[in-house]
Amino acid sequence: MKAVRRYGFAILILLIDVALLAAKPELGQRVLSVTFQNLLQMAQFLPAVFLLLGLMDTWVPRQTVIAMLGNRSGAFGAALSITLGAAAAGPLYAAFPIASAMLMKGASVFNVFVFLGAWSNLKIPMSMFELSSMGAKFALTRWALNVLGILIIASVMRRLFNKEEIGEIYDRQKHMASSPKQPEVKTVESR
Amino acid sequence: MESLLAYALAGVLLLVSYGKDKQRTKVAMDKSYKAFSAILPDFLAVLGLVGLVLTIMPAEAITTLLGQASGWFGMVLASLVGSLTLIPGFIAFPLAKSLLDAGAGISQIAVFVTTLMAVGFVTAPLETKFFGRKETLLRNGFSYVWAFVVALVLGVVVR
Repeated sequence: MKAVRRYGFAILILLIDVALLAAKPELGQRVLSVTFQNLLQMAQFLPAVFLLLGLMDTWVPRQTVIAMLGNRSGAFGAALSITLGAAAAGPLYAAFPIASAMLMKGASVFNVFVFLGAWSNLKIPMSMFELSSMGAKFALTRWALNVLGILIIASVMRRLFNKEEIGEIYDRQKHMASSPKQPEVKTVESR
Repeated sequence: MESLLAYALAGVLLLVSYGKDKQRTKVAMDKSYKAFSAILPDFLAVLGLVGLVLTIMPAEAITTLLGQASGWFGMVLASLVGSLTLIPGFIAFPLAKSLLDAGAGISQIAVFVTTLMAVGFVTAPLETKFFGRKETLLRNGFSYVWAFVVALVLGVVVR
């Protein structure tokens, strides 16, 4: 029963799909095949992402993450966040659990905002496609502008969150987290 | 290709981890599994939504909308389509190229591409679950506005 509730929304969409299949077989079939393709795409990389996350969670010391991506990581932390995001592959929603794990390990919210921005806009594999179909001028100008934009947006966003709200973001990760018994993430964002 | 790399990396690290500490590797895999199963329902829901939205709003419709549109109206339209849909890059860029060839403006296409990648309407519920409503609204909102800045600059730079 609990499982039905957890999967409620997914089941609802499946029911809509089935209803569509009955009412308009052609459209319904297209919906199902697109959904199935997406599912395959997800099945292709998500297990690897979560395997890596689990390994990172157990092996990378919290102190290391704090030093490299925490509040005092400065320009190095921002550059590392951009690099991590740009090196990524996969849709934006795959970045969420990774960003969540970064927060759990003590990365600053600013760096996580930068990471999310880089993941959505600067992905190298994506840029290769852009380069080949849109040309160098288009792709490179957009890439460079986006580096600037990501940093501006992340720092403006960081300023718009007060201390409690930052704390809430960290608290949220505990609900999403793999291990509830992990030591509490105590966050004192300076500035 | 990319996923193969991810698996190769995960596999190698898993072996290294196992060689170093069996118990810890078990803990790691347990964590992986728990995190995965905790978020799976939401992923499935997003995938289902994407499947529905993508099909109801097919590529031909996008082409007609953006191809005939121009100026601010076209940019706003392009941004809405970009925000509402989730199209993978290897489909989006050839599509963008064909739109461009069909006569759409550089700015409209830039807005479309940028919002497509950075603004996610269907993924918003998932993002909210992870980072809260405020982060979701701000990140998507700012990314949306930024898409127009990028578009205006590109419209001048690329000719």
